[in-house]
Amino acid sequence: MNIRRFPLTREISLFVLAYLYLPVFVLIAYSFNANRTATVWTHASLDWYVRILNNPSIRAATWNSLVLAISAATAATVIALLAALATRRAFPGRNASETILRLPLILPEIVVAVATLILFVAVGIELGLGAMILAHTVFCIPFAYLPIRARLDGMSGTYEEAAQDLYANRFRTFRRVTMPLLWPGVLAGFTLAFVTSLDDFLTSFFLSGPGTTTLPVYIFSAIRAGITPEINAISTVMLVISILLVSLSFALTRLRR
Amino acid sequence: MAETNTVTIRGVSKAFGRGDAAVRVLHDVSVDIARQEFFTLLGPSGCGKTTLLRLVAGFEIADSGSIRIEGQDVTHAPPFRRPVNTVFQNYALFPHLTVEQNVAFSLEEQRLPRDQIRQRVGEALEMVRMQTYARRRPSDLSGGQQQRVALARALAPRPKLLLLDEPLSALDLKLRKEMQIELKQLQAEAGITFLFVTHDQEEALALSDRVAVMQGGRILQMGPPREIYEAPTHRFVADFIGDINLLDGEATGGGVRVAGGQTLPVQVSRPGPVTLAIRPERARLVAAGTGVMDATLVHSAYLGTATLHKLQLASGGDFLIRQSDPVQAAPEKGSRVGIALPTDALQVLQE
Ligand SMILES: Nc1ncnc2c1ncn2[C@@H]1O[C@H](COP(=O)(O)OP(=O)(O)O)[C@@H](O)[C@H]1O
Ligand SMILES: [Mg+2]
Repeated sequence: MNIRRFPLTREISLFVLAYLYLPVFVLIAYSFNANRTATVWTHASLDWYVRILNNPSIRAATWNSLVLAISAATAATVIALLAALATRRAFPGRNASETILRLPLILPEIVVAVATLILFVAVGIELGLGAMILAHTVFCIPFAYLPIRARLDGMSGTYEEAAQDLYANRFRTFRRVTMPLLWPGVLAGFTLAFVTSLDDFLTSFFLSGPGTTTLPVYIFSAIRAGITPEINAISTVMLVISILLVSLSFALTRLRR
Repeated sequence: MAETNTVTIRGVSKAFGRGDAAVRVLHDVSVDIARQEFFTLLGPSGCGKTTLLRLVAGFEIADSGSIRIEGQDVTHAPPFRRPVNTVFQNYALFPHLTVEQNVAFSLEEQRLPRDQIRQRVGEALEMVRMQTYARRRPSDLSGGQQQRVALARALAPRPKLLLLDEPLSALDLKLRKEMQIELKQLQAEAGITFLFVTHDQEEALALSDRVAVMQGGRILQMGPPREIYEAPTHRFVADFIGDINLLDGEATGGGVRVAGGQTLPVQVSRPGPVTLAIRPERARLVAAGTGVMDATLVHSAYLGTATLHKLQLASGGDFLIRQSDPVQAAPEKGSRVGIALPTDALQVLQE
């Protein structure tokens, strides 16, 4: 039966959409509110954006978040790419390696975060940005891996055979054919990893040292002192960064097609 | 000694899979292909044509046997070290490169000077009449145009040998006929040896200097199209290529006794059951009692250039006669007729 004709399908869909996105729109709207109280609208202003721009701890947290997300996403994408290429052909233990690569997706993050904290302290790794990059890289790998894997699986091996037939050795084939064809998957993987890292609270909370707060951690501590429009503004900025990145990667992929 | 062959394949075998799961796809295949020859592998799907081609290209390595190209042993050489180019069944044009970048690919890999590359790309595209599409992407081209670009790309580095794996099978009938003619002209102009793969017997006969008919990983018969068509040695070859009549018989000292008919003066090496084959256009319709055997006329179809008669033999089997003499009127349907079989048109088949 046609799902569209099911009674109330339309109404339920609209409700779910509203439930998902209305709070976000309200948050964005109130970030432009002049009133000190986050929930009472007076008139539009950019005061809060000016305030967060002038707040050194927010600037530092933003910087940390960006450095962390870019480093972790880059490292995770490189590792994921190598892993995807290495597991391309069937070999004994291929399924096991695939499972291990995807494992961080299903392990409870709190457990991993605590375990990582204990490990780092035991081994003597100093908490802070370096420790966070290390930990973020690990849980970003599956997010980078899945789109690359999907792209690789959808790619016919004939292109690479054609390249070798046309006198390109294995390295040249990789550079001139495999990599360009894989590029959209790599870009998508990087984007997903970046957004995942940018959004992470738990792991960063456990591993951030003094002076290496990230934006989510800053928001968490600020919110305990009360919800201010500043938080609305910071959240809006994070949203914009994510949307910009996703759009950019989408545009690049379309361009490359 | 000067090499006169482009390709020499000796005793090549290939299996896929390991241990008990291994499936032998090629059995002891040997082929010699002369310079500038248009050589075709013909056989039904799954008989190992592509596998043999891939062994020559270097995408697979033979389990045993050897492959030489222009006298050089390439049995274990990677594809990029073989003076061979391939036109792939699905073309495999690089989707991220333009038409001219596709054609220039091999020349860049061979590190030719820039102006020479430009000149050769121009020549190759001109040869297939695709100059005006140089800046397009493969995805903007029709199937026939992609086919031409794939040809230009494979010909640009001037290989000793061009491999073509069912290159026309994705095209519609009209375009396929046109491309067949172009392909043949191109081969003559470029003076390159072609190793061509098809499962289309008509295509094989029309294009080739020589044809090898394959079945189950073996070459059954190899020779010029006329020989393959008129003198098939195996029942499979006879059946696969065009219409043919098969008659069961018993070999005796004096010739072959056809079931329900006379003894025909055909020479057979040893006595026992044999199969005789004759093409429908070589058999003749005669008055009842005057031929080798009698049969009943079931149906006559007028085809314009000929008339095709379908007869039923006393044994119950069918027999086809293609009569190209337009003057002679067809006998009544259901009447008794005779079949005349010229001895020189009869083929004795192996199983
Ligand atoms: N890579 C492979 N692994 C396993 N079996 C294969 C492989 N390639 C081909 N085969 C098998 O080998 C046989 C011959 O295949 P192929 O050479 O493609 O035949 P053709 O081109 O004549 O249709 C088929 O039964 C096919 O399933
Ligand atoms: Mg094939």
